[in-house]
Order: sequence, then structure tokens, then C-alpha cells
Amino acid sequence: MPALAGPFEDSVAKFANDEFSDTEAAIGEVAASGNALASPIISALQDGRLSADPDSKKVFITQADGKIVDATTGAAVDKLPDNAAAVRLNNRLRRTVEAALGGLTLLSPDPAKRLAAAQSVFKSHEENLLPTVEGALAKESVKSIKQAFAEARAAIVLFKSDASDSDKLDAVAVVKARGDQEALALLTGLGDQQPLVAKAAASAVSSIQSNLAMWSMVQNAWYGLSLGSVLLLAAIGLAITFGVMGVINMAHGEMVMLGAYTTFVVQEVIRTRYPALFDYSLLIAVPLAFLVAGFIGVLIERTIIRFLYGRPLETLLATWGLSLVLQQAVRTAFGPTNREVGNPSWMSGAFELGQITITYNRLWILCFTLAVFAILLAMLRYTALGLEMRAVTQNRRMAASMGIATSRVDALTFGLGSGIAGIAGVALSQIDNVSPNLGQSYIIDSFMVVVFGGVGNLWGTLVGAFTLGIANKFLEPVAGAVLGKIAILVLIILFIQKRPRGLFALKGRAVEA
Amino acid sequence: MTPHILTRSLDRAATAFVLIVAAVGVLIPLSNLLLPQGSMFQVPTYLVALWGKYVCYAILALSIDLIWGYCGILSLGHGAFFALGGYAMGMYLMRQIGSRGVYGNPILPDFMVFLNWDKLPWYWYGFDKFAFAALMVLLVPGLLAFCFGWLAFRSRVTGVYLSIITQAMTYALLLGFFRNDFGFGGNNGLTDFKDILGFNVQAEGTRCVLFLLSCLALVIAFLICRAVVTSKLGKVLIAVRDAESRTRFLGYRVESYKLFVFTLSACMAGVAGALYVPQVGIINPSEFAPGNSIEAVIWVAVGGRGTLVGAALGAVVVNYAKTFFTSGPLAPYWLFMLGALFILVTLLLPKGIVGTFNSWWETSKGKNGSPDAESAAREDGVGAPNLAE
Repeated sequence: MPALAGPFEDSVAKFANDEFSDTEAAIGEVAASGNALASPIISALQDGRLSADPDSKKVFITQADGKIVDATTGAAVDKLPDNAAAVRLNNRLRRTVEAALGGLTLLSPDPAKRLAAAQSVFKSHEENLLPTVEGALAKESVKSIKQAFAEARAAIVLFKSDASDSDKLDAVAVVKARGDQEALALLTGLGDQQPLVAKAAASAVSSIQSNLAMWSMVQNAWYGLSLGSVLLLAAIGLAITFGVMGVINMAHGEMVMLGAYTTFVVQEVIRTRYPALFDYSLLIAVPLAFLVAGFIGVLIERTIIRFLYGRPLETLLATWGLSLVLQQAVRTAFGPTNREVGNPSWMSGAFELGQITITYNRLWILCFTLAVFAILLAMLRYTALGLEMRAVTQNRRMAASMGIATSRVDALTFGLGSGIAGIAGVALSQIDNVSPNLGQSYIIDSFMVVVFGGVGNLWGTLVGAFTLGIANKFLEPVAGAVLGKIAILVLIILFIQKRPRGLFALKGRAVEA
Repeated sequence: MTPHILTRSLDRAATAFVLIVAAVGVLIPLSNLLLPQGSMFQVPTYLVALWGKYVCYAILALSIDLIWGYCGILSLGHGAFFALGGYAMGMYLMRQIGSRGVYGNPILPDFMVFLNWDKLPWYWYGFDKFAFAALMVLLVPGLLAFCFGWLAFRSRVTGVYLSIITQAMTYALLLGFFRNDFGFGGNNGLTDFKDILGFNVQAEGTRCVLFLLSCLALVIAFLICRAVVTSKLGKVLIAVRDAESRTRFLGYRVESYKLFVFTLSACMAGVAGALYVPQVGIINPSEFAPGNSIEAVIWVAVGGRGTLVGAALGAVVVNYAKTFFTSGPLAPYWLFMLGALFILVTLLLPKGIVGTFNSWWETSKGKNGSPDAESAAREDGVGAPNLAE
């Protein structure tokens, strides 16, 4: 007999002895070994795919796809030795095998594996795993896994023919509390039951269904909020330039794009020079993007837009031309393809809230948008520049007469609006492709938000963005993404007929100007 | 149209324009067909098609000038009316293919066979008749413009708001026509045309006739525009452009005037699109792209808004430049040039080529500028500042 290498190999070799007692011992030892091959070996044993050569004491697994591997090493083997035979089982051993299999993962030291095992037991509700699940439930210390075990136990009890009605009623309550699609599938798949249990199950099903409907509403609302925050971020700068100055800036989207490319450049520098700072790349990019886009904004205002005040349609054309130039400039400098902008670690991943999954980047963007909005609002309300901006919005001539340098305010306002578009670009680089066309995809939506919300009113922009975002996401499941978007555009066009100045229109003489 | 209106609407420049277009319309096809190939004066067939395209653009520019230059309505969605006219013609041409398509289905166009459709959608009925298709070329854009304008002008959506919602309109149509289940060929649009009224669309003779017809359409569109803007109606339109509120207070129903001219303009754009499609050989959803509509506006601005002749000229000049630069080594710089054109024309040449030339001509003759050129340079329907305050 060849000398074998270690305790796991010794245990596995016992399968080759063709003695039920040795096989039982081997099952116990292999299951307890924690070896990665333990689970495949025992499942193979259960399905009669485990063969042993009594001479060499070598054990082989015939995999489901017909390949043969050595049970101790996992190495592939060409063919079984001639006198190898399947390891035999009797009824008592079969139960041991099942218990070992369930126990293998249910008792795994890795919490993620235990959770996965509990979930799979919930779905399979194997009756003979009940003792293992109960044992695991008693030992479990992690709260979420303990709950998963309790649910798995409830699922088994529900399908166990000899369980008492009161146990089954408790189990229905546990499954109902879980309340997701799988719980629904489990309860609807429940066969004939005692009237009492059947009634409880039926009421649980209807309650889960309404619960799920509510969660899908919540999910749509969350997607809508997320889309709304993106729209708001893109539109907020436009609300300032359009609202305060009456300037249609068709190059607004390109300011967003410049912000995104600033993020790209910052990340490139960090990647090559200071890789440790990668998680801070966005924090560094935000002020830089504000400065870059803001500076270009002031430049545009001073060189082009200030000559076109009072001629909004010409401004529209000139800024459209500007957007073509900026796009082409970026295309020349960075190439026409998408550039890679990474998510810092604190923006990656997701968490579960009830029945929905929330990704961190969307959540951060929502928070970021609201923060930008609040800061902007405070700035307009409490700073001298904000006061001057509001004065110019309300009555340009009067403001000028009171000594406000309106042209300076114009330049700063335009710079501010563009800078905020740049910040929006930093956030959007996290969820969208950074390409020269990035801005174009937002410009029409942004205008819709501003026009819908009402010009010259930031709150209108906020309400407009979230209304459009949520309406879009609630229409999408019904009508499909493209038709939903078309419906929104048509609705806005119709809405403008009713309220030509948007939801929150500025009142007073300024309106006709 | 009475002869009286016709004569009154033709001043010297307009007569010259009509004569030049007519001469071009006759001479280019003649030179293509009669002169031997390789001769110095022979116009190759591809150039006939190219110039035919320019002439269609000129009609589109005229239609934009009619509403923007004379009524202060800046539509950023006129490309949509152009494309709708084009699709109506394209549907006729698709039906003419008959069983010569790849799948050989006598009724269904190839893309419908490809999508496993078993019968023609109802809105494709009748397009096998040219007369019906021609009617639709006018009716579909006209009806859309009428409904859109009726809603917009009645609730006094003006200025940039109108511009933005016209842009939203063409954007919505763009998204829609990209869909396969809309039944207009989706992404690929309509193409692979064979015959028009029994003549091969690729043939030299057909191309020359199409070119001639395009020039004729340009002349007719020009004459209609002239007739409109020189009539009393035209004076009201100019009044609406310069001081909308004041015109309304004077008792004119501003929205009716705007609606009329907007619908007329959309029909003209539709005709332009219908002539464009057989010459270019394809119509696809990208014609609805908002960028196209804005580009058409800049043709008008370059040529001179409110001058009609200028609009047509601008369309030809800008598109000739586009062809010239995008086919040469300067291609990567074309967008820079186009962008700069937008900026420079609005900043430095607000009256456009023809408008600037007109005022230079008038001053050099020691007279005041003509009322047309003068008012064309004024603000878009915003009116004099003292109106607002």
C-alpha cells in the first residue's frame, strides 16, 4: 500500500476499504476536514459517482460531465483503473451523507457560505436537513444568518407532512415576514394543507403580493429620484444662466463634459504619480472642475455672450457653435472614444434596503446634488453676490441704477453656472461614459427641466427635475424606455401650452421682457 | 395668386434670383446630358445630384427664413418637417420597389419581411400611388405644424421657449423613428430605391429632371414667400416680429398669422425633403437630429435673415463649404469652422451676407436702408426695451 501524504488523504483512502463502518468514518472525517474537495467527494458518494480502487487505495470522482478526477488532489485522470468500483452505500449511510452534505455548508465557518446554504435550503426545503438547520440555528450568532436559518427551518416545516398545525402556522408567519418573491413562490407552491394553514398561507400570499407591489413602487421612486438628481445636477447651472441672465447656453452640456474630462485628467495623474490618493480623486476633481468650467464660462461670457444680450435667439446660435467647437477640441485632444473614469472604493458596491438594492454611487450622487443645491441656495440668499444676482434678475436697470456693476455680475453668474455644470460633470463621470458627446445627451433634458420648472426659480428646477425623473421611471415599465421618454417630451410640450412660463413662473413686469 | 401680386412681389434682386435659379436649373441638366463626357463644361452626374441636394436645402432655408426672418419664430425643429416630407416620399419609393427587394415580397418592404411582419401597417396604405404620397408630403408636415403651432401660439409660447419645444419635438420624433416597431425601417431608414414614376432613380436623365424640378420648386417657393411677405399679411408678420404685444393691442389676431405662416413654412420644408430623398437615395432617422435643424438655421443667418434670397444663398454657400472641407485634408477641422461660423456670423455679421450687402449698397447710393433690411436686423420679437419696462 503506497504511503499517503496526510490525514485528509488517509480519510479519503478509507472509502476504498469497502466496509460500511470505514465509509461512515470517512464521511465524518472528510466532512470535518474543511477541505475544498470535501463537498464534491460527498456529493459524488451520494450520486454513486465515487469510485475506489481497492489495490492502490486511490479514490476517484466521476464528474457530472463525465471527466474523472483524483479525489484527494482534484487532478484530472484519464480513465478509471480496471478494478475500480463505485463506493457502496446502505440506507443508514445515505442519511449520514445527506446530513454531512447539508452540514458541510450550513456549518461552514464562512458566513457568506452559511447564508448561501440557508437560502438554498429555503428554496429546496429538504426535510432531512431539519436537524442540521435546527442545530445551526441554535449555534448561529450573526443576526441576519440566524434569520435566514429560521426562514429555512420554516420552509422545511411547511412542507413536512407530519408537522403540527401550530408549527406550520408559525412557519407561515416567518415566511410572510420575509416577504420577497421567493417567499411568494414558496407559499404559492404549497400543496394541500389543513384548512387553517391553507387560509393563513393564502392571506400571507396576498399580503406579500401587496407588499411586493409597494416595494416595486419604492424601487421606481428610487430610480426616479436617482434620475431626477442627475437631471437636477445637469440643469441647475442652466437654471442660473437661463434664469438670472436669460441667456440660452447651448454649450452648457459641454461644460458638463469638461468637468468629466477634468475628472479623467485628475485620475490619470493620480494613477501614474500618487496611486494611494485614488480614493480622494473625486474630492480633488470637484474644485478643479468648478474652476476649469467656471473659468471657461467667464471667458465665453466676456468674449461672446456679452455682445449678444437682448438677442436671445442669436445667443442660442452662437453658443451652439461654441458647443461644436468645444466638442471637436476635446475630440482632438482626448480622442473620440470613451475614456475610463474609475469609481473610488467608497462609491462602489451596493446595499439592500428591504426588497430593493441601492448602489452607493447613485446614493452619493443624490446626496451630492442636494448638497450643491443647498449651497447654491444659501449663496443666493446670504452672500453679497447672491443679493446682486437676485437684484439683476428682478430688474436689471434698477439694479444698475443702484450701483450694481451688472456686467460684472453677469460674468460671475455665467461663471458660476458653468462651474456648477463642471461639478455635475464630475458626478456624471461616475455613471456615464466620458466621451466628447457626453454633454449633448443632457442638453435637451436639462432645458426641459428648466422650462418645465419655471425660469428664474431654483426650487422650480428642483421640483421639475424630480418630477420628470420620477415620471420617467414610472412610465418606463409601462411603456418602455424610449416610448416613456417620448411620452415625457410630449407631456412637457403640452404642459408648456398650459403654463407657458413653467411650474413656478416669475411674476411681475420682468415676464414680458 | 394674381398677376398683380406677382409683379409687385418682384423687385430687381428677386427677378435676378428667379432668372439665375431658372438658368441653373436648365443649364446644368443640359450640360450633363448633351455635352460629351470629359468635356470641360460637362457637369458629371454626381455633381447634379449634389447640387440638387443643395437646392433642396435652399428650399428648407427659405421656409425657415419665412418664419424666422419675417415673423421672429425661431424653429429648431424644421428638420423634422423636412424629414417627414422625405419619409412620405421614401414610403412611395419603397412601395415602388415591389418584388425586386431582397426578399422579393411584392407588398412588404424588405425591413418588414425581416421583422416578420405579415401585413402592411395601415399608415402605409395608399403610398403606392404617387398622387397620394405627394399629398402626404404636404399634409403630414403641415398637419403636425398646424397642431403644434395651434397649441403653442394660442398659449403665447414665444421666443426661446418655442425654440426649445420645437427642438423637443424633433428629438421625440428622432427617438420614435429609431424604433423598429414604428414601421419606418428603424435605424436604417428607407433606402435601396429603384423607380420613381417608372423611371430609374439612378439614371442620369431622372437625376437631371429631379434637379430641374428642385429648381422649379425653389422658384415657386421663393415666389410664394415673396408674395406673402410683400402683402399686407407680410406687414403684419413683420409687426409681430418687431413688437408682438403691440400688434395684438392693435387688434390683430397674432396667433392666426403665426399659425398660417408656420404651417406654410412646414409644408415647404416637407416638399424640400420629398425632393431631397430621391436624389440622395436614403432617408433615415438621423435627419431628425436636433443638430440638423440648428444647422439649417445657421444657413439662413449666414445668408441674411429676412432677405429670402440670402437664405437660399446661405444654404448653398455653407453646404458647398461643408462638402469642400469635409472631403479634403481639412476634414477634422470642419466642426471648428462650422462652430466658428455660428459665432462669427451672430457676432460680426448679424444681417448676413445679403443683408450686409444691401445696407452697404443703400448707403453707397446715399439713401436710407430699405425697410426690409433695416427691420431684419432688429431684435427677435422682444420689441423695443421701453415696451417691456
